[in-house]
Amino acid sequence: MLKIHNLRAGIEGREILNGINLEIKAGEVHAIMGPNGSGKSTLASVLAGKQNYEITGGTVEFLGKDLLELSPEARAAEGLFLAFQYPIEIPGLSTTNFIKTAVNEVRKYHGKEPLDAVSFLKMMKQKMALMNIDQSLLSRPLNEGFSGGEKKRNEIFQMAMLEPKLAILDETDSGLDIDAIRVVSNGVNKLKNKDNAVLMVTHYQRLLDYIVPDFVHVLYKGRIVKSGTKELALELEERGYDFIKSEVDVEQEA
Amino acid sequence: MNSVEYYKDHFEQLQSSEKADELKAIREKAFNAFSKWGIPTTKHEEWKYTRVSSLFNKPYQFSGSPVFDAKELDSMRLPGYEQANELVFVNGFFSLSLSKIISKNLNVIPLELAASGEYKEIISANLGHSSNYLKDGINALNTAFVNGGVFVHIPKGKVMEHPLYIYNIADAAGDSVFAQPRCLVHVAENAQLQIVETYITMGTAESFTNQVMEIVVAENALLEYYKIQNDVANASQVSTTHIRQIGKSYVHTVVVSLNGGIVRNNLNMVMEAERCESHLYGLYFQKGRSHIDNHTIVDNVKPNCFSNELYKGVLNDEATGVFNGKIFVRQQAQKTNAYQSNKNILLSDNASVNTKPQLEIYADDVKCSHGCTVGQLDEDALFYLRSRGITEKSAYSMLVQAFAADILEHVKPAPIKGYIEQLIAGQLVF
Repeated sequence: MLKIHNLRAGIEGREILNGINLEIKAGEVHAIMGPNGSGKSTLASVLAGKQNYEITGGTVEFLGKDLLELSPEARAAEGLFLAFQYPIEIPGLSTTNFIKTAVNEVRKYHGKEPLDAVSFLKMMKQKMALMNIDQSLLSRPLNEGFSGGEKKRNEIFQMAMLEPKLAILDETDSGLDIDAIRVVSNGVNKLKNKDNAVLMVTHYQRLLDYIVPDFVHVLYKGRIVKSGTKELALELEERGYDFIKSEVDVEQEA
Repeated sequence: MNSVEYYKDHFEQLQSSEKADELKAIREKAFNAFSKWGIPTTKHEEWKYTRVSSLFNKPYQFSGSPVFDAKELDSMRLPGYEQANELVFVNGFFSLSLSKIISKNLNVIPLELAASGEYKEIISANLGHSSNYLKDGINALNTAFVNGGVFVHIPKGKVMEHPLYIYNIADAAGDSVFAQPRCLVHVAENAQLQIVETYITMGTAESFTNQVMEIVVAENALLEYYKIQNDVANASQVSTTHIRQIGKSYVHTVVVSLNGGIVRNNLNMVMEAERCESHLYGLYFQKGRSHIDNHTIVDNVKPNCFSNELYKGVLNDEATGVFNGKIFVRQQAQKTNAYQSNKNILLSDNASVNTKPQLEIYADDVKCSHGCTVGQLDEDALFYLRSRGITEKSAYSMLVQAFAADILEHVKPAPIKGYIEQLIAGQLVF
């Protein structure tokens, strides 16, 4: 589904991604872990199409298309979803209006008719029940006054409404307590199936107890330096990132 | 062309053609003031960014009550008109035949008649009060030519369930039009009134409206005033709305300025009694080469008053905007609470706005604040919307509407609120 080959990217002249290689197939759950400053969030932002990053090399293929050529809205319509680490508050814009517009614009991209009010409401109610989202959350302006947990749940609710092929979760567990993590993870697990994929970007191993990855990769200094299964995550938890850092730095010196 | 000379002929015609009436003396005094001050140029501080002198110097038609087909009015009516009282001015002259009064307690009387009848005292106490605050030839000119104006009276204790819609129509199908509508509104003790006012120019010639509306709000009365400016590029106006709160009362105003040529609004709120409350809201969304200048004055004459002002602007293309909000707090106006904020978003490189808060505070136990911002749409917010599949254009549109949302919250008549939301969506076709 996703093929990243030797991706290099930076911002303001500084290179952050130094040649990322990664392949994600349908039905898989991947986790990318790494110390602060390794480039985790940059990777998520670059895949989603944030403009202030400059691509300096490499390719990204998503469902057979050149992802880097697509605008952010086209990437979303093609089936890429980014759950933000810090979801934006937009006072004056109702959550419902926002999601309805998003759903219909994606439909339009695929040549489908927009959903009428009744069908949309039905779909919303269904997903609300699935995700355990309260009605009150949706009548408020987008993310305004939401707690950290509420914002993250809102991200997953949007994911449920848009039904993406690849969901990138950018530090979804940051700022959440155990209960909130559990609720958010339940949501993600309910949406997982053999046709879609999940890429979690996370600093802590904790989230991976709830959303179990098939593959774990370690990002350090802009490159994936080690890959493994969920056991790798446990090893990192025990030993910290230092052992990876020293392994890599030794290699580089050699 | 010397504007004073030009107007002098027309003025003399007006004074000589009317039978002796109460307003003659008022006109005379105003014309003298006009002669003294003339039309302000951009050298005047209050008109620094708004060039109107050329608008006054054109060869306009100074016609009397024009002929206007009532059927044309149908396409101009505001939503909810079936349940509204409607006053129609054509080229500045009030037309009783085109108007419609459905509230039995709404008294609408030609100004000349009111000035000599039972409302004589109200008229003499209030007509021209705005000139105390607007010492310029423009305000004086309107008074010098007051003719075909109207007096509106809401008696004590009467609550107007039906709003009052006021249509200012400029018939520029033939020649250019210069209209000077004049209104005096009196909301008596414990009465309530909602006014919705709009401006429509017909035809392709130029129209220029120099309007003065003075409103008196008595004790325990309530006034809601809504202004919708969405006219053609050939239509310019200087519109003065002067509100005196002579008793403890509540007023809120919402001024929505969309399309037009050069538009200047003077909104004055004179709080002459203790514990008055006023809210001034404005939304201007300009594009093309239109120009909007909102000048407001909040005068805290007495203690314990509360005023809150929020004006928001969005400017695109080469549009220009001006905001000047004055707050006066007189020496005896202790415990004044006066807040002011002006926020602007520029959507293009060539749009610009000049914003200036101006506070003159002479009392020492007050809470006053002011703030203004000029910026662009939040890049992160735009990206967030696009990352959900929303196209860039739709994202712009949604963010601008979100920006305007809190101003529109204050438009109480539902059909008018819906109408304004539609107009704004129309401004957003990029």
